Amino acid sequence: MSFVEYGDTIKDGDTAIVFLGHESMFPVKVQHGTVTQTKYGVIRHSTDLIGKKYGSKVTCSKGGWVFILHPTPELWTMNLPHRTQILYSTDISIITMMLELKPGSIVCESGTGSGSLSHALIRTVAPTGHLYTVEFHQQRAEKAQEEFREHGVEHLVTVTNQDVCKNGFGVSNIADAVFLDIPSPWEAIGHAKSALKAEGGRICSFSPCIEQVQRTCLAMEEYGFTEINTLEILLRVYNVRTISLQIPDLGKAAEDNSSAGFDSSNPSNQGSPCANLQQGTVQFKSGVPLREMVGHTGYLTFATKS
Amino acid sequence: RKIIFEKQWFYLDNAIGHIYGTTFEVTNGGNLQPKQEVEETTTETKEAGTDNRNIVDDGKSQKLTHDDIKALKDKGIKGQEIVQQLIENSTTFRDKTEFAQDKYIKKKKKKYEAVITIVKPSTRILSTMYYAREPGKINHLRYDTLAQMLTLGNIRAGNKMIVMETCSGLVLGAVMERMGGYGSIIQMYPGGGPVRAATSCFGFPKPFFDNLHEFPLSKVHSLLSGTFSTETLPSDPEDNVLVEEESNGLTEEKQTSLQETEEEHTTEVAMEINQTEEQETMDINAEDVEFKENKEKENKENVREKQIKQWERRKKLIETAALLREKNADGLIVASKFHPTPLLLSLLEFVAPSRPFVVYCQYKEPLLECYTKLRERGGVINLKLSETWLRNYQILPDRSHPKLTMSGGGGYLLSGITVVLDKGKSDSSNSEALKMEEPSPKRCKVQDLHC
Repeated sequence: MSFVEYGDTIKDGDTAIVFLGHESMFPVKVQHGTVTQTKYGVIRHSTDLIGKKYGSKVTCSKGGWVFILHPTPELWTMNLPHRTQILYSTDISIITMMLELKPGSIVCESGTGSGSLSHALIRTVAPTGHLYTVEFHQQRAEKAQEEFREHGVEHLVTVTNQDVCKNGFGVSNIADAVFLDIPSPWEAIGHAKSALKAEGGRICSFSPCIEQVQRTCLAMEEYGFTEINTLEILLRVYNVRTISLQIPDLGKAAEDNSSAGFDSSNPSNQGSPCANLQQGTVQFKSGVPLREMVGHTGYLTFATKS
Repeated sequence: RKIIFEKQWFYLDNAIGHIYGTTFEVTNGGNLQPKQEVEETTTETKEAGTDNRNIVDDGKSQKLTHDDIKALKDKGIKGQEIVQQLIENSTTFRDKTEFAQDKYIKKKKKKYEAVITIVKPSTRILSTMYYAREPGKINHLRYDTLAQMLTLGNIRAGNKMIVMETCSGLVLGAVMERMGGYGSIIQMYPGGGPVRAATSCFGFPKPFFDNLHEFPLSKVHSLLSGTFSTETLPSDPEDNVLVEEESNGLTEEKQTSLQETEEEHTTEVAMEINQTEEQETMDINAEDVEFKENKEKENKENVREKQIKQWERRKKLIETAALLREKNADGLIVASKFHPTPLLLSLLEFVAPSRPFVVYCQYKEPLLECYTKLRERGGVINLKLSETWLRNYQILPDRSHPKLTMSGGGGYLLSGITVVLDKGKSDSSNSEALKMEEPSPKRCKVQDLHC
């Protein structure tokens, strides 16, 4: 296993994702001799995991079972231990595309935080690119470094423990893209510019508040960035449900039942609704929005240095 | 060569040798290179009103007539100067608020100062452009949706991907960009051949095409059922003629022609690359059609060359079939005009367990059905039906607000992860799987001793 390469079988030292069903999952570090408790019982790593194929069903001691999945940055994002607020895959995907990242890209990031975005960036720029990530919180920087080692990607990333607003990224004129997720990004725009290649590159700043965006945009303009563009992306998830609606009794005669006088109950109608006239209901499939959705994560401001 | 863009026509010759991101001003027919940053020619008279209580729309505030403006344009006067003239001849300009003045100038600049920036092709640029200009050709796949697909599909260097798209090759190009020439891609295509009009706009280097394979969709069933043979190629009218000719006793030439094939094939690919490099500009369709026409002409001129190609194609087809038969692909991306359910039920067979798949559809309803059918089939977990909304903002001092909401039109995604399919696909295990994925209200806390 590695976060940048698929492997077929589970090996000692791998990070695997245990999938319990319906979005409930957690990561495990596979180690000989250890056990993991789940609600379906115990998983013994030596016999239940090591040597098995990723994607297989593992039966636990209580007879229940789970699936063991190959780690990906997206699964990691859903399961990682939070040390800070993190970026989720929806934002990450648009950041990756708008920064024009691809294998071989050199990227600068600050702060590292919990490493959610870092893993996705590393995945995209591997095997020839590199990530320079700066985190001013010493403990977080160390923890991130440790995770990168465990995940087999440390050769693709350099973690620096310093204040990006004061000391910059520690590199100059080598980056294709810069990403900022810090409280005062406008103070780092100058450093971002000098980190980017002389021939240009892309920058992105993530801020929850519009006032931060405002100051960032002004700073970007001041430093000669062009194509400044701010956007926001929201994810809507739908549950697939079969819905049945009752047909109202309008006092029509029973023999009139066959047509029911109601269009959507007519089977010849286009679409999936099917009528169950005995019970006086109409059934159909629907994508129902979740009761609550994420309404705002942050504004993403992109710009070009040319 | 002459190119038309936004009601302007120009030649690209002058743009060669400049770095990407250079801005050009259009003159009569050629390109002129102006300075990167035009120093702000703001009117010295920083006079401005505070509100619009005295501004009346009488249609007479602009003292220059249509004919005057046309005369200015015909004289070939710089756009900048025309804007200045317009401002000076506007009686209400000084009464407008500072913000309104800004807006007025911007609007006029847009109309009279034609500037063009030449940028390097990328998924970002091309997908934004296609969505704005030709949404019908890419099934209204909005660029943020495409971005989601690339992430959810864990597209990266080294993968073996299966792509089925009818988005002019835009999705294929996006996948190729993310894989950077590492790994392999198998493009499933309907009809006579894969469409790669958008792919060629990326200007990928030749090695990127070395591990790009294609396989006709119409052969999938026979491949799965084990009756696949290469004797009949997909229905391409021109190809059919060739197949007949071949069966008319040209088989002996097979061996000699194969050798020649190698050489001729490489030179042709090199030629194609030259063409695509030229295409690293903004227009797409005109060039591409031309390109195809040229290709067709050549083919007619030399039937023999075509036969050679035919053999080459057959060889590649066998290779691709072998790749698919391994059934160990690292992911599946579907974005087509077809109903997604049958595509998914068949193509998922070729994907290894614990790999992501993503299906795009312009409409939600087919994905609802697809979701249900996949649940019945089993072998997939973490199914998710989603949509993204994208909102752009105007950020200006004291004038920040959302620009426009784009919703609905960006399409929907169904994504999930493959798992090992139960051997004895009994109904009981299926219903168990269903039960397991249903949300259980009294879900126990997960206890993990080591993480």
